[in-house]
Amino acid sequence: MKTPLLEVRSLTTQFFTEDGVVRAVEDVNFEIHPGEILSLVGESGCGKSVTGLSLLRLIPIPPGKIMSGELLFEGRDLLGLEEREMERVRGNDISMIFQEPMTSLNPVFTIGNQIMEALQLHQNLDKKEARRRAIEMLDRVKIPSPEVRIDSYPHQLSGGMRQRAMIAMALSCQPKLLIADEPTTALDVTIQAQVLRLLKEIQGEMGMAVMLITHDLGVVSEIADRVAVMYAGRIVESGPIEAIFGEMRHPYTRGLLESIPQLEEKKKRLNAIPGQVPNPMDLPTGCKFHPRCHLMIDDCKKEEPPLYPVNKNHFSRCIRWKECC
Amino acid sequence: MAHNEYLLQVRDLTKYFYRQRFFSSDREPIRAVDGITFSIRKGETLGLVGESGCGKTTAGKAILRLIEPTSGQVLFKEGNILDLNREDLRRLRPHMQFIFQDPYESLNPRMRVGEIVGEGLEVHRIAQGKDKADRVSEILEKVGLHPGDAIRYPHEFSGGQRQRIGIARAISLNPQLIVADEPVSALDVSIQAQILNLLMDLRDQLGLTYLFISHDLRIVKHISDRIAVMYLGKMVEMANGEDLFRRPLHPYTQILLQAIPKLDPSKRSQGAPLREEFCPHDLKKGCLFQPRCPHSKEKCQMEEPLLLDHGEEHLVGCHFVS
Repeated sequence: MKTPLLEVRSLTTQFFTEDGVVRAVEDVNFEIHPGEILSLVGESGCGKSVTGLSLLRLIPIPPGKIMSGELLFEGRDLLGLEEREMERVRGNDISMIFQEPMTSLNPVFTIGNQIMEALQLHQNLDKKEARRRAIEMLDRVKIPSPEVRIDSYPHQLSGGMRQRAMIAMALSCQPKLLIADEPTTALDVTIQAQVLRLLKEIQGEMGMAVMLITHDLGVVSEIADRVAVMYAGRIVESGPIEAIFGEMRHPYTRGLLESIPQLEEKKKRLNAIPGQVPNPMDLPTGCKFHPRCHLMIDDCKKEEPPLYPVNKNHFSRCIRWKECC
Repeated sequence: MAHNEYLLQVRDLTKYFYRQRFFSSDREPIRAVDGITFSIRKGETLGLVGESGCGKTTAGKAILRLIEPTSGQVLFKEGNILDLNREDLRRLRPHMQFIFQDPYESLNPRMRVGEIVGEGLEVHRIAQGKDKADRVSEILEKVGLHPGDAIRYPHEFSGGQRQRIGIARAISLNPQLIVADEPVSALDVSIQAQILNLLMDLRDQLGLTYLFISHDLRIVKHISDRIAVMYLGKMVEMANGEDLFRRPLHPYTQILLQAIPKLDPSKRSQGAPLREEFCPHDLKKGCLFQPRCPHSKEKCQMEEPLLLDHGEEHLVGCHFVS
């Protein structure tokens, strides 16, 4: 197997609030290989976004703190870098796109200006060359008449166009890794399909790796190669996409999938997961999912299960994984 | 047929908002809802789908006169809601209720859950004092909350539980019609399923009729008997849910259905061949969908299609139904 582009080892990120310690991410391990799309999927508060922000060291300190772990990017630990060196990584080697393009684009600069900024900063291009590249990028993300649109302000673009502009900006320096945090959640379903297709296309052309953070299993199933399911700050199951959708081995993964109405079946009651996501300041003992789990036995309350290998690529954090699903 | 009895009939409902142009006395209308007509039978659930800005929420609010429609008729319980004066409308309110999308913004943070759910009972002089408290307990249990939750405040609850409070408020007066506007969109997937189950259970237990507004086609398909598709303020297709998914006839519906992400990685969709977004106000005549339609022909630019029945109550507004 090739060496991974990024190797995350026992990442633990916590927030120290007035009400107590939020254990947002707890001992998370995963790898991303060059050219692959890894999806972190889970519900709100599961730690998927904090994981993404931790990779770029964008966690606000305080109240947040990366307690421990290693983020080996091409063998180099990002957590050991000086802030100045880290700035060279952000937007250049690793870049990020966010859910709401309107709030993450600067409203008082044209999109051209914002794309050119990264190019001038990281690639040492002069203004003219940067503008040429910016137009090229806008064309690449299929924004019509890019030479005109480059001088548009974010509010002059539709939601789908804005997200394309964000993608153009994130990809302008040809990063090796793109972190996409809910990139299509704010978009209508037809526009979502277009943006997903675009992401997949460009990813293939540029050969970059993508870490896709989403709550939407539909989006995952459309473009991911590998999936890590998160719950209460932990990865509870990970594996190739076919395994996660076809032969899942964790009751939470199964519950998530069964919560979504099927188009093919006649309507009946959904197999909802009972209860709610636990409070991150007051997590249950043992397996964090046990209070909602239909397979729960006494042992589940005692000790947090490790990630059991189902096979060499597929892992489940459930002591009853053999019986599950 | 007995079940043919309509509870709600909406005819030619329009709601225009006006935008004041700078340096001009003209007021430019934004046709949020532009002449929609449909009926809902007693006990039936009609799903209203469309993308953001298509007018589905405005339509839902205009039907209950939470906003005043520009014109049209809404026939409910032998009368036109739009003709009622304030007092008559107030008296009709217990029979028609609304569930809001955002369970965080639609509950008054200063009121206890018991007050929120019991307010209608008191306002409409249905129950007071101990009687009211008993009724509230009963309603809370019906939506899966504890009677003891009545003394707590909304911020003490999670999103899913807050939506249960919103549902409790809506059913507290034994309504016949409930307009539910994206009731699960703000919730996590596992909680969505719980709330959908609850809404379906309540429908069966209480004989409710729903107008279910959502952008999520999977959810609409799951809960609805019939589905109406809106595009830029107009109805473009309406049919029985199974029928609509089996043979979508309007090009917009076809694209919408194709764009739903599959839950099977071996069946990845190729994405929809939809043309770029455009500004609807530029369009003076013809079919509203024509600028983005992959099958657009000359006639589509000239003439607006009518919503016609293509058999078995399958209505389509397209000149070239395939």
